[in-house]
Amino acid sequence: MKRIISILIENKPGALARVVGLFHQRGYNIETLNVGPVFDGTYSRMTVTTRGSENDVEQITKQINKIIDVIKVSDLTEGEHHEYEFIMVKFKHSEKIQKILKKLNGKIHEKHKHAIVMSAWGTSSDIEIAIKTIGKANLFEIVRSGSIGLHEGEKVLKI
Amino acid sequence: MKLSGGDLLLRALKEEGVKFIFGYPGGAALHIYDSIFKQKACDHILVRHEQGATHAADGYSRATGKPGVALVTSGPGATNAITGLATAYMDSIPLIVISGQVQSHLIGTDSFQETDMIGISRPIVKHSFIVQNTQDIPRIIQEAFHIATTGRPGPVVIDIPKDKTDPSKLYEYKKPKEVSLRSYQPRVSPHPGQIKKACKNILSAERPVIYAGGGVILGNAHKELMALNKLLKAPVTNTLMGLGVYPAKDRYFMGMLGMHGTYQANMAMHNADVIIAIGARFDDRITNTPSLFAPNARIIHIDVDPASISKIINADIPIVGQVKESLNALIKEIKRSKIKIDTEALESWNQQIAQWREKHGLDHELYLKKNKSQMILPQVVVQELYHATNGNAWVTSDVGQHQMFVAQYYHFNKPRRWVNSGGLGTMGFGLPAAMGVKLAFPKDEVVCVTGEGSIQMCIQELSTCLQYNLPIKIININNEALGMVRQWQDMNYGGRHSASTYSDSLPDFVKLAESYGHVGMKVTKKADLKKTLDKAFSMKDRLVFVDVYVDPDEHVYPMLVAPNGSMKDMWIKKNIKA
Repeated sequence: MKRIISILIENKPGALARVVGLFHQRGYNIETLNVGPVFDGTYSRMTVTTRGSENDVEQITKQINKIIDVIKVSDLTEGEHHEYEFIMVKFKHSEKIQKILKKLNGKIHEKHKHAIVMSAWGTSSDIEIAIKTIGKANLFEIVRSGSIGLHEGEKVLKI
Repeated sequence: MKLSGGDLLLRALKEEGVKFIFGYPGGAALHIYDSIFKQKACDHILVRHEQGATHAADGYSRATGKPGVALVTSGPGATNAITGLATAYMDSIPLIVISGQVQSHLIGTDSFQETDMIGISRPIVKHSFIVQNTQDIPRIIQEAFHIATTGRPGPVVIDIPKDKTDPSKLYEYKKPKEVSLRSYQPRVSPHPGQIKKACKNILSAERPVIYAGGGVILGNAHKELMALNKLLKAPVTNTLMGLGVYPAKDRYFMGMLGMHGTYQANMAMHNADVIIAIGARFDDRITNTPSLFAPNARIIHIDVDPASISKIINADIPIVGQVKESLNALIKEIKRSKIKIDTEALESWNQQIAQWREKHGLDHELYLKKNKSQMILPQVVVQELYHATNGNAWVTSDVGQHQMFVAQYYHFNKPRRWVNSGGLGTMGFGLPAAMGVKLAFPKDEVVCVTGEGSIQMCIQELSTCLQYNLPIKIININNEALGMVRQWQDMNYGGRHSASTYSDSLPDFVKLAESYGHVGMKVTKKADLKKTLDKAFSMKDRLVFVDVYVDPDEHVYPMLVAPNGSMKDMWIKKNIKA
């Protein structure tokens, strides 16, 4: 089962590597990874998606929690949550691709003779479907932000 | 007064109470070494290989409970410290490794003796620091010691680029009054509800077992464990790392459990209805096949590390907390509870265990018996050692058959007396670890029980022992082979001894010891064993290397049947399953 793990961590050199390394070290895979500084910039918020059973994820979150630089860890998939992913696509003029991306909050950033650059966002399952439907034809490149997410309601990753 | 980075470091170490630094100098660490030269609070022990430094610091830590400190240079100095770090990490030992690093502006340029110490040590440390500002050194040292010693302890690396200890750059010595890390709050108190539940289960148990591990030693909770069992009178087993935390002489002690545990301890675990796991982590050398583990037991698991709970075996009643505090809470709850222990059931359970012991227990009087062969049995060496030292020695070991024989036959009655690499299983650990123990307790008897394979992995430390006058006794159980490897080859590979023998190329250990300035003794006959040991231990101020040739065909039993076996499935003797 797909899991979304949210991590609040010290924004320090090497902190990211500790989290990423742990996944490999404990035999788990990272499917997507997103990280960026938050609040006053001394914190980073990471979102990692992975696959595993409930036990697997419990082990992963416990192990991540043991990393000294980690402040809070939470499995978003445990409860109701918001989850989105952002993509950018460069493609040869194609009505089909434009149409698919428009449905996903698509926006055209650049349009010239050879290529169009568009962005789009949606839930990662919508993004997955879109990527499959787009196929390889007319596609130059595609880049994904990886999932980001928050708990629904009042629940937060508190400092 | 303003200080250089090196002086800041030494003052910070002094304030942490550091008495010994085990180390080896080199380019990137030279400023620090100059600071060492100028002070008196910490003695520097010059080892002969950085692996020796880490194991010696580790041994010091295991014996004293205080963090051990190792200092190495960059590049090869740092990589040589890796095995020692991994050893400490697997056994949760507070070890501080300070590594010199190339100058900041050279980092990332493949400069001379550069290696990414933070990177290569990352999976085997509890935490690591790289010094970016010299004035942070006191705070970093303080944080490193705090992290290493609290919660589940573990090793910490501090990497210091050479320019951060430049003697011409001076700074005020400043550090916070106390450590405060917003991302690390290791103190956890056991949940009262869980304690209540555990108490209820324990008191209504008919076949309880206390399974106590190294965490009880690390948590200094041996008295609490004893107090708990004064109330319960339940059978107790210790892991390899836990030996000594519950006195071996106590009538409720069943011996070690697991791969080479006693028959009664493994049978008791398998047949228990409640297992009280304390500071133990259900290692694969304990559980055998996890799905077949203790089929009828409710598991109560006390550990300071939540990640150790339900990792291998699901805990029915998890208790996250310091062992000492948790046991005290449990004792209080038991005293308060109105549930009466079913003494009749417990009595028949203890009788059942006595019967198991009678049937297939270890023979602790093997040394008294005559057998036809003139060959010395390795178990007898340990038994004679036990008597020669009145059971009071600090014993370190290396890894293999000799380690298991000590665990089985040397009865440890006090915690910390048994110092061995359990988790990582590091050959070469024993001698340097014994140096650390001997420095901590110079008046006590310190013995390194080893094998002719293991001892050669850190044999160079004999030179360190001479330099610092460390009269350790080394008992080399010499079977002219990598015994445990050969045992597996005998049992699982049709006796094909692939790369496990070298009898025609072993050194003359007596001469070797003598060439290092020590005393060497060789024993080949049973009749000479006791008197040689007595003679060795009578030489109080000399390191004595006793090379004992033993029966090379001897195996370690019991041994759990693997794969697909449970804890009740054991080889009891050669070709005999229980």
